Amino acid sequence: MSVSSNSVTVNIGPQHPSTHGVFRLKVEFDGEEVLDLEPVFGYLHRGTEKLAEERNYAQVVTLTDRLDYTASMTNNQAYVLSCEKLGQIEVPERGLYLRVIAAELQRIAAHLMATGFLLQDMGAMGTPLMYCFRERERILELFEMLCGARITNSYMRIGGVFYDAPESFWPALRQFLNEMPGYIEEYEALMTGNEILLGRTKGVSSLSVDDIVNASISGPMLRAAGLAWDVRKSDPYDIYSTLDFEIPVGIQGDVYDRYWVRLQEMRQSLSIVDQCFGRIPKGPVRTEVPLIFRPPVGDAYVPIEAPKGELGFYIVSDGGISPYRCKIRAPSFINLTLLKEMLIGKKMADLVVILGSIDINMGEVDR
Amino acid sequence: MPLVPGYELAESFRESYPNAVTCADEYQIWVEPSGVGQYLQHLKGPDGYGFDYLSAITAVDYIEYFEVIYHLRSIANNQTAVVKTRLYDRESPSVDSVTFLWRGAELQEREIWDLMGIRFDGHPNLKRIMLWEGFPGHPHRKDHMGG
Repeated sequence: MSVSSNSVTVNIGPQHPSTHGVFRLKVEFDGEEVLDLEPVFGYLHRGTEKLAEERNYAQVVTLTDRLDYTASMTNNQAYVLSCEKLGQIEVPERGLYLRVIAAELQRIAAHLMATGFLLQDMGAMGTPLMYCFRERERILELFEMLCGARITNSYMRIGGVFYDAPESFWPALRQFLNEMPGYIEEYEALMTGNEILLGRTKGVSSLSVDDIVNASISGPMLRAAGLAWDVRKSDPYDIYSTLDFEIPVGIQGDVYDRYWVRLQEMRQSLSIVDQCFGRIPKGPVRTEVPLIFRPPVGDAYVPIEAPKGELGFYIVSDGGISPYRCKIRAPSFINLTLLKEMLIGKKMADLVVILGSIDINMGEVDR
Repeated sequence: MPLVPGYELAESFRESYPNAVTCADEYQIWVEPSGVGQYLQHLKGPDGYGFDYLSAITAVDYIEYFEVIYHLRSIANNQTAVVKTRLYDRESPSVDSVTFLWRGAELQEREIWDLMGIRFDGHPNLKRIMLWEGFPGHPHRKDHMGG
């Protein structure tokens, strides 16, 4: 005798804590198993690219904060780099160092958030997330010293950064750099070898390098599959070519490797900030650029390595005061390309874990 | 990551597709819109430069024409290239889909169809993505209201 069952369509999101924002999935289940799914985007679509066409170049910086709002600094950086290439503006060295310090601190903060929420999605309610947020808070305090804002920083400007760091910033940064490695050890002791974490993540949603490259996936997801490719190495911007750091890679591209790569990247970022701390030169932090900036006619695209992958702004100038077109290459949007391949055939409980391991941010997916 | 100059890319087309390239300069090439799929396949393949990674697809509305821009990258050879094509049909612009070469184009082409109104022939699931079905117009066009 056989038991027949009908499939059930379940609507996950847009208001659901484990969709990391307002992402919606229409999933067809057979019992616990995913048969088919359809992602629905657009609940946070604010038309950022269109808005940018109606503001001047300096004002667009504030719009970029609101894309991936867990990594405002790197969004600012990607935007100003494209503008500087368009206008052929040289940035003073101290400004470049401050940018890299801010961007790497932001990477640590974003990875902490990704790791904390991944563990939360796995059912480790509270403790890992609170530990991660404890250190993220320290980074946000450092940002507050730099520019007065914690999340929507708008710290970077076309031609450098908004303002030099205050005197009190440097001892605070030193203290953070001294203490953070111990905290990462603590996460490793608490989480990495944990049997439940290994059981839930090892071998879940493995992807091959070929599939990932074909689907334009970038960032920790690509490196977790074993390809040591990082825009900071392959196409260095700011001062990354003078810095010494490694690219951590995983083995089979499963959820565990994505988690592990993020944790190791935090260590590398700390080392980068440490090198900058020792070497930062004195001098101006910003080239004076007129507020009404009119770059010459042309286009520019400068990719950077944001916490979630390759981020770039393709900016077209018609010689006017605002961008003629400002296209955003958003990594977490394109990282969702293989969502079906990753989720079909998996269990309901794995679905939220896999989604957490992609580390999407709806501000950036929907723009 | 070095950029392959446009005239060098144009050179690689000379034998197999003599009519493909309409214009080339130091930074990019412009190709005929009618055969974008096969031209990019040529660049992806072993005779071309092995561009295995599609970084981004962009569409820009220049009013007289739409320009579709492909940012390509070869991870193995550490090179990038920019390929552009111009579509003069404003009523119903369309170009080949490149999803058969790079699956990374799937969501990006849907986004361009939604916001710029350019059809991609051969796309497996060309539906609106950010906006809902029935939304009037394509907001990234310069003649859209409020533009």
